[in-house]
Amino acid sequence: MLHTINKSPFEKNSLTTCLRYAENGSSILFIEDAVYGCTKGTKFEEIIQENQENVKFYVLGPDLEARGLDNSNLITNIEIVDYKGFVKLVAENEKTQNWL
Amino acid sequence: MKFGVLINEGPYQHQASDTAYKFIEAAIEEGHEIYRVFFYHDGVNNGTRLATPPQDDRHIPNRWSELAEKHNLDLVLCVAAAQRRGMVDQGEMERNKKDANNIADKFRISGLGQLIEAGIQADRMITFGD
Amino acid sequence: MEEQESGIIKKFIYVNRKAPHGTIYAHEALEVVLIAAAFEQDVALAFIDDGVYQLKKGQNTEGIATKNFTKTFGALDMYDVEKLYVEKESLEERGLTEDDLSVEVEVLASQDLKKLFNESEVFFNF
Repeated sequence: MLHTINKSPFEKNSLTTCLRYAENGSSILFIEDAVYGCTKGTKFEEIIQENQENVKFYVLGPDLEARGLDNSNLITNIEIVDYKGFVKLVAENEKTQNWL
Repeated sequence: MKFGVLINEGPYQHQASDTAYKFIEAAIEEGHEIYRVFFYHDGVNNGTRLATPPQDDRHIPNRWSELAEKHNLDLVLCVAAAQRRGMVDQGEMERNKKDANNIADKFRISGLGQLIEAGIQADRMITFGD
Repeated sequence: MEEQESGIIKKFIYVNRKAPHGTIYAHEALEVVLIAAAFEQDVALAFIDDGVYQLKKGQNTEGIATKNFTKTFGALDMYDVEKLYVEKESLEERGLTEDDLSVEVEVLASQDLKKLFNESEVFFNF
């Protein structure tokens, strides 16, 4: 299953709620303001790293770039994808839950 | 694959409409079919014919009309949400006795059933909102 | 997904996470549920985070001059929408119990509500 999160975890609890529902083997894609949650050194780093055993994290590259972020700012093992990658994730996963 | 897209926010106020647009563009390039784009809540405001954004910024409603024209997309504004927010086509203008209409090219106003039908018929349903 | 004489039936889940009156999402989401009832799909509603407040007893919107759409939750069973799930953690962290709710629901911990997610096919978020 694919989960997407679009709000910053500092603004809304969507990341925390999503993590309660992400099964082992699912994928989580950060888009829009949620990409801030992927950066190193935040209070969310630990919970993301803890979940990396079970869940694959992705982040939308153009949203990172728009916000002055790049690979060097990211928590390790979060894969950057573009919009085509976003589309592929949706196509490859039977279900998509968009946490707003 | 057939994608259904739900857009819950209006132009400029939230990134939802932009992200949806980029997603749909990429999906089409990847060979997928867009079954329907359904606009709900403030999303109906994407269908205005009367926006005049600054010249150096993207024209969101026009961009949708152009994409729909190019790829024969079905852009649907929810009638209930549209009525609440003053988005009016010719038919609604006559039915509700309004003195103007304001829907942009390639958008149509229809019922929530169109959203449900998209959920039933599409292989994938994605929501862009806040 | 099953094919029946009348057509495709899919398992829809409406994920409600927003409080009822500060924004229109809860109200307009309920309108979708009511219209969708005509399509004879398999429908479940999940109330998570502030969404649980949508079902709270005793809401009176006269003073704020808005429509009290929350009364309609009581009519859902007339539309054959009977699967209402409320997340236990969300209730508890808001100091609420099942007794505070205006309609019959099943309260589930997220690890159980997760199973509903896994069984659902079409996800609507507002």
